[in-house]
Amino acid sequence: MTELILFNVFNGLIVGAFYALMALGLSLIINLTSVINFSHGGFLALGAYIAYELAPYLGFWGALILAPVLTAVLGLVVERVMIRRLYGRDPLYSLLLTFGLAYVFEDGLRYIWGAQSLPFHVPDWLTRPLSTYFFFLTGYRVFMVVLVAVAVAALFLILTRTRLGIRIRAGTLDLETVSVLGVNVRILRNLNFGLGIYLAGLAGVLAAGLLGLQPTIGDALIMPSFVAIIVGGLGSLFGTLLGGLLIGVAAGIATVFVPSASEAIIYIMMAVVLLFRPRGLLGEEGMNL
Amino acid sequence: MPYWMGAVGGYTGLATRVVVLGLAAMSVNFLLGFTGVLSFGHAAYFGLGAYGAGMLLKYVAPSTTLAILVGVVVGTLAAAAVGALIVKLRGIYFAMVTIAFGQMFYFIAFRWSSVTGGDDGLTGWRRLPIDLGFTTIDILDNAEAYYYMVLLIFAVSVGIMALILRSPFGRTLLAIRENERRARFLGIPVERHIWIAFVISCFFASLAGVLYALLNNFVDPRTLHWTLSGNFVIMAVVGGMRSFWGPLIGAAIFVVLQDYVSSYTQNWMFFIGIFFVLIVLFFPRGVLGIIRKRLS
Repeated sequence: MTELILFNVFNGLIVGAFYALMALGLSLIINLTSVINFSHGGFLALGAYIAYELAPYLGFWGALILAPVLTAVLGLVVERVMIRRLYGRDPLYSLLLTFGLAYVFEDGLRYIWGAQSLPFHVPDWLTRPLSTYFFFLTGYRVFMVVLVAVAVAALFLILTRTRLGIRIRAGTLDLETVSVLGVNVRILRNLNFGLGIYLAGLAGVLAAGLLGLQPTIGDALIMPSFVAIIVGGLGSLFGTLLGGLLIGVAAGIATVFVPSASEAIIYIMMAVVLLFRPRGLLGEEGMNL
Repeated sequence: MPYWMGAVGGYTGLATRVVVLGLAAMSVNFLLGFTGVLSFGHAAYFGLGAYGAGMLLKYVAPSTTLAILVGVVVGTLAAAAVGALIVKLRGIYFAMVTIAFGQMFYFIAFRWSSVTGGDDGLTGWRRLPIDLGFTTIDILDNAEAYYYMVLLIFAVSVGIMALILRSPFGRTLLAIRENERRARFLGIPVERHIWIAFVISCFFASLAGVLYALLNNFVDPRTLHWTLSGNFVIMAVVGGMRSFWGPLIGAAIFVVLQDYVSSYTQNWMFFIGIFFVLIVLFFPRGVLGIIRKRLS
């Protein structure tokens, strides 16, 4: 029993790390530009497939480094060609645009790589169990959690230490003033979008190693990512991180006791949070975009 | 076959689908176009209506009339509860929360297979002829009779929606859409208005869901899934939100296009997606908007 609970809590932590990684990217984009990026799951899947194509030439590690970067570059292009045109209009339009894009992504990936699941190989030494007692604890699972932790730490460092990050955070609070102070808002939004998509691509490569590739690999993550943002509170990246981990672990624990409710539990959590604290756990007052 | 369907090469069932989904899209637009609130979770109430009707026919009583009633009540009550939780939220936050609640219902239907049939859907029931006392209308075997029944319900629903929008209450919704802060300063209880608008909108969405279930004699969890909510919004926007009839036109375009494209390629979502992206980028007022611009 203890082992089962431990397994599910750890598994929940992994799942939560994915939610958080994806939700952080979404949250970055929402905070600065009020765009709910529905195509985030599509970008995640794309990152996974790019890694799949790169892996034979660069190996797992090369793909892990390069695929998210290439995904981010595509994100920069999409922002520049399409999403940029909709700033200043009702946020509804960008939401709708990215929803259409999500369809294009999913079916486009299916068209190119097929609907069937493709394997994505991770180095053998990573897939071996770490201990005979905790058979579930493979190196890859631990590696994923560690890498997500590193990525999140790096993100927070970027946001607090670099000029770009400080501008992003300032723009989140008051984009107009930032623009008046001479920051090129066009570039700022572009880079911010790319940063968010980078995180999606990274999540995609990691997920591919765990689950294999499917065009819908991002679908199962996008709604929980919304929930993570809502539970954590709009406008707070730290809240988003907390929300993602929280719902991941909650779903993991629910798997032990009420397996059939493991997916619904996160929405119930969301309802409870909304009931008592409509702006989310760490949400900023007045961030109802 | 309804005469207009012949023009696009369809069949009666497709025409019924256009009308049913048209009602759903119009219910979404009641909120989106006239109250200025985007719900991305209307499939939840659509699907709850569908499950309500299907489960009544399967488990409780063999009556189509009762099924319609129960389906609508189930969907509307759920909307009233969810609506009360979320009316304080606005904009994209509101949209995200509505989707998330929709997913909760989706997973309940998906997982509770002993009752809902799970992923395989709820089967083993069908719509039944309607007994009017002096005569019965065979909507089961006569697809056209069912089409005209749906059309009648659609007409009445649309009439009611139009009346509501013309009433002082409807005008107040427009005021909230145009400037919520000013409406609030005028002493309008904005939250209560949005809640009522949400419930009315979901009432019609669940009615559409009931009719959809009866059309197919089948319900599955996909009728609750957020992508269907998204499709309703696509229909409303493609046809022209803020216009009363736009969503119906959008639904006709969407349903016929989907039927047409999917007979050529499995990847119909790709083409619908591109079509939609282009509409959002270049014709945000939708098809009706383009026509109106031409005329003026």
